[in-house]
Amino acid sequence: MENYLEEELIIRGIEINYLYVCKTKLWYFVRGITMEQESDFVDLGKFLHEKSYFGEEKEVQIGSIKIDFIKKRDIIEIHEIKKGKVMEKAHIMQALYYIYYLNKLGMKAKAILHYPKLKEIKEIELKENDKEEIKRAIKEIEHIKSLKEPPEPVYQKICKNCAYYELCFI
Amino acid sequence: MRKKSLTLLSDGYLFRRENTIYFENARGKKPLAIEGIYDIYIYGKVSISSQALHYLAQKGIAVHFFNHYGYYDGSFYPRESLHSGYLVVNQVEHYLDKDKRLELAKLFVIGGIKNMEWNLSKFKNKTKFDSYIEELDNCNKITEVMNVEGRVRTEYYRLWDETLPDDFKIVKRTRRPPKNEMNALISFLNSRLYPAIITELYNTQLTPTVSYLHEPHERRFSLALDLSEIFKPMIADRLANRLVKQNIIQKKHFRDDLNGVLLNKEGMKVVLEHFNKEMDKTVHHPKLKKNVSKRRLIRLEAYKLVKHLVRQKRYEPLVAWF
Repeated sequence: MENYLEEELIIRGIEINYLYVCKTKLWYFVRGITMEQESDFVDLGKFLHEKSYFGEEKEVQIGSIKIDFIKKRDIIEIHEIKKGKVMEKAHIMQALYYIYYLNKLGMKAKAILHYPKLKEIKEIELKENDKEEIKRAIKEIEHIKSLKEPPEPVYQKICKNCAYYELCFI
Repeated sequence: MRKKSLTLLSDGYLFRRENTIYFENARGKKPLAIEGIYDIYIYGKVSISSQALHYLAQKGIAVHFFNHYGYYDGSFYPRESLHSGYLVVNQVEHYLDKDKRLELAKLFVIGGIKNMEWNLSKFKNKTKFDSYIEELDNCNKITEVMNVEGRVRTEYYRLWDETLPDDFKIVKRTRRPPKNEMNALISFLNSRLYPAIITELYNTQLTPTVSYLHEPHERRFSLALDLSEIFKPMIADRLANRLVKQNIIQKKHFRDDLNGVLLNKEGMKVVLEHFNKEMDKTVHHPKLKKNVSKRRLIRLEAYKLVKHLVRQKRYEPLVAWF
């Protein structure tokens, strides 16, 4: 059994992120109905990712998570590059999930969010109460994935910039 | 929208050098910015290098080919990159379930009928096709739905004809080859519209061969045919009407060919110019609260279909409001 991931560790980081951004998007995304291919913002994000932090090993895949880049000091540092802070909560939860994930695999870790456009960084550590929230999030993602119909989209300010905007509100 | 459809009417050579696509002909070599290309329509005698095709495939750009007569021959349809097995299963389920299929087939036809009605009102004829729509309600078979659609279309052409100038009457709809100028014009525009719909479907997770009104075994992208019920009146017919009534297309733009009538090179050029302009024209979308191009309306229709198939919202065909 050791070779298999625990049930709750099959969730991808982006799914945690989307849970905090939009449940409708999460539902469509996990069914392969993706829209990102046309989003200028996603293009910009990719560009930012490619053009920043040369010399680091990028896109480190561990099980079901893919980390932007990793540095190994006394403990593992998870680095995520983000464009802006509008969805900061989602970024934080994604990073917390990565730490949680590595902890489960027996590794100590902390995370650092990079906002190259804002010239800011943010350090993140996983606290006891965060673990509870991560567990709740995993449960909720599993629930949303299992829904037969997509959750009804709820209009928020961020919707207009979302690649799914037309799909949701047409 | 930044990306545009590229139309190649002249003969030449399409090739790639480094990360640029060039079109070269007698008039010289022209670089084409790949990021600005949405899809390509080839009417001329064009040779394409495999390197160019590799690059276009990598960028997900479809290339549509038309024959000497301006009819659609086929597409270079790059490998699909958007996959959703879930959606495929739902698409097929809606085909296999008789009631679900009928519902969608009727909705496509209703959309077509309403858009024909709207056209007639623009051509100053107030005829309503309500009785046909009622008839549709009682149809239990796809063939019956098709039959109603056929009869509406005949009536629609008759009424439209009353408003057309004498030398551009449809009289009777004839295809392959069209028997007169108006038929040739309508056929040419439909031929151009169909692959435009294919491009839109390519950019979604929908499977273009699973359709509802048309049978999926027609060896074509039959879902594009389903959607064309809505867009033929809305885009092709209206443009044909305008080109003729505003005297933009004239007798001189046609040639007789093998006991049929076809657009000549100059005619094709004029029509394609107007078609491309028409597709890029925007209208304000009341639901999305933003401007969208006519071309984008096709994509939005595909999205509405996706929502229907995943049971988020019943499909309601687009009826022109502009």
